[in-house]
Amino acid sequence: MLSLSYFLQQSMNGVILGCIYALLALGMTVVYGILRLINFAHGALITLGAFCVYFVFFRLGFPFVASIFLVLGFGGLMGLILDFVAYRKLRGGPEVALLITSLGFYTFIENFTKLLVSPQPYAFKTPAFLATLYRTPFLTFRIVDIFIILSSLAIMLSFHFFVKRTKMGIAMRATSENLEIANLMGIEVNRVISVAFVLGSAIAAFTGFLWGAKYGQISYDMGFLTGVKAFVAVVVGGVGSVPGAMLGGFVLGLAEILSIAFLPTRFAEYRDGIVFAILILVLLVRPSGIMGMKEEVRV
Amino acid sequence: MRKELWFVIGGLVLFGALFVAERTLNRYILHILVLMGIYSIATVSLNLTNGYTGLFSLGHAAFMAIGAYTSTLLTFPVSLREAYELPRLPWFLGGPDASWPFFPALLVGGALASCAALLVGAPVLRLRGHYLSVASLGFMVIVVTFAKTLKNITRGPMGISAIPLYTNLYWTFLWLLITVYVVWRIVHSRFGRAMMAIRDDETVAQVLGIYPMKYKLFSFAVGAFFAGVAGGLYAHFTKAIRPFEFSFAMTFQIVVMLIVGGMGTMSGPIVGAVLLLTLRYALKPLEEHLRLYGFIELVYALLLILVMLWKPEGLMGRKRTALRERKEEKAWAEFSIPR
Repeated sequence: MLSLSYFLQQSMNGVILGCIYALLALGMTVVYGILRLINFAHGALITLGAFCVYFVFFRLGFPFVASIFLVLGFGGLMGLILDFVAYRKLRGGPEVALLITSLGFYTFIENFTKLLVSPQPYAFKTPAFLATLYRTPFLTFRIVDIFIILSSLAIMLSFHFFVKRTKMGIAMRATSENLEIANLMGIEVNRVISVAFVLGSAIAAFTGFLWGAKYGQISYDMGFLTGVKAFVAVVVGGVGSVPGAMLGGFVLGLAEILSIAFLPTRFAEYRDGIVFAILILVLLVRPSGIMGMKEEVRV
Repeated sequence: MRKELWFVIGGLVLFGALFVAERTLNRYILHILVLMGIYSIATVSLNLTNGYTGLFSLGHAAFMAIGAYTSTLLTFPVSLREAYELPRLPWFLGGPDASWPFFPALLVGGALASCAALLVGAPVLRLRGHYLSVASLGFMVIVVTFAKTLKNITRGPMGISAIPLYTNLYWTFLWLLITVYVVWRIVHSRFGRAMMAIRDDETVAQVLGIYPMKYKLFSFAVGAFFAGVAGGLYAHFTKAIRPFEFSFAMTFQIVVMLIVGGMGTMSGPIVGAVLLLTLRYALKPLEEHLRLYGFIELVYALLLILVMLWKPEGLMGRKRTALRERKEEKAWAEFSIPR
C-alpha cells in the first residue's frame, strides 16, 4: 500500500486540491489585504460558477471555450455586484460590519441557489475530451487533472505578474499597504477595490468549474467549507501576500490529502478537522504565516 | 442594590406570567416560548463576546453541542443505557449505576464548553483581526466531526434519542434570568468596562493598562458557558440530538438574532431572538405549503443584510457618535462615494 505510485497518486490529488484552494486564496488574500475582510461570500461564488457551467455547458450546449469565458464574466459581474451592493456602503465603518455582511450574503446566495436548483447534489459530468484516462506505471490520470494543474498555474502566474508589474497591480499593493496614503497619492481606491473583487470572483467562479470537473458532483452548499478552507490557506501562507496564498493553498491541499491517505482509514472522517487543526497550530506557532510579514501595531 | 431589587421583582413578575401562560396557552405556543427562552440564552451569551468585547465568534453551535452532549450523557437514565448503546458513567462521575440530576448536569456541560473555549481561545485571541471567526468556525467543524466519529460515546451520526424531558418553561426562563443577570453584572463592572474599551480601541485600552488577552479569554469562556447551558436545555427539550444540528445554520441563526436585536445592548439579543423566532414560525406554514425549503434562511439572510446596511446598530441599539468616529466617517465618505 505504501508504494511509490500510491504516494505519487495521492500527491497529485493533493496538488489538485491545492490548486483549487490556491486559486480561491488569491482573491481572498487581496481583498483581506485591502479591506481586512474575511470574505465568506467568496465561497458562494464557487457554487455559482459551478452551476453556471452546468447550465450553460451541459443544458444549453454552449461550446466549451465560450462557457469558460461566460463563467469568468459571470463571476466577475457577481463580484462587482457584491462590491457595489454590499461592501461599498460599509467602508469606513467597523471592520466587523463587513464580515457580518459577507456572512449574510453567503447565506443569501446559498439559500437562493438551493431554491433555484434543488437541495439534492447534481452530477457534474466531466466534458468528454477531458475525461480520457491515461495509465503510466506510476500514475493514472485523466486529462482533466492536467487541465486543472496547467490552467491553475497559468492563472496564478498571470495574477502574480499582474500584481507585480501592471499599474493597477502596483496600485493594489499600495492600497493594501496603506489605504489612506494610497488615496492621497491619487490612486482611485474604489476602482482598485472593485478590480480586486472582480478578479477574485472571476477566478473563484472558474474554480467552481474545476471542482465540478474533478469531483463530479456539485451542490448548493459546496462553497462554504471550501471558502473557509481557502481563508485558512491565506492564513497559513501569510495574510496579504499573493505568493503566500498560493503556497498556503498547496500546503493545505497536500496536507489534507496526504493525511487521509497515510493515516488509517478510520481517520478519514477527520479530514476537515485536520485542516482547522493546522490553522490553530499555525496561529499558535507563527501567526504571520509562512511568507507573511509580522504585522506591527501602529499607535 | 436597587437594581438587584428590580431584578427580583422582574423575575417574580416573569414567573407569574409564565404560570398564567402555562395554564392558558396551547402546547404549540408553549413549545415556541421555550425555544425563545433557549435561543435568548444563546444570544445573550453570544452578545458578551460579539457585542461587548468586539470579538466575532462563530462557534456558538459548537459550545451548544458540547453542553448538549455532556449533559445528555450525564442525565441519561441507567436502565436505557444498554438499549441505546451508551456508555455508563465512569467512577469519578458517580459510577456505572448513577445518572445525574438535571441542574448539575447542565452546570457540568457549561463548564466543559467553557474549558473548550479556553483551549481554542488561548492561541487565537492573542492575535488582532478576526482570526477568531475562522478559528471558531473551524472549531465547530471539529466538534461536529468528533460527535460523528466517537461512536461509542455519542452514537455517531444517528445521534442520541429518548433523552428525558427535563426542560420546561420554568427551567428555561430561570436560566435566562441567571444569564441576563450575570451578563448585566459583568458589563457594569470593571471587567465589562475593560471589555468595551478593548472593543472600541484595543491599542488605547492597552495603553491604559488593560491586558486584552485576559478579558477576551474571560468573555469568550463565560459566553461559552451559557452556550453550553443553552445546549443542555435544548437537548432535554427536543429529546433527540444529532451532530449535524449543531452546524453553521444554528450559529447563523443566533448571529442574526444578535445583529437584528442589536449588538452590545442588554435588551437587543432577547428582542432579536423573540422577533426572529416569531418570524420563523409565522413563515413556516408558508414554506411548507409552497415547498420552498430554505426560504426562512433566505429571509434571515436578507434581514441581516438589510440591518447591516441601514441600521448596523440593530433595532435596540443607539447610533454611537463619538467625535473621532464622525470625523473618520466623513473622511471615508469623501472618497468612498463613486465619482
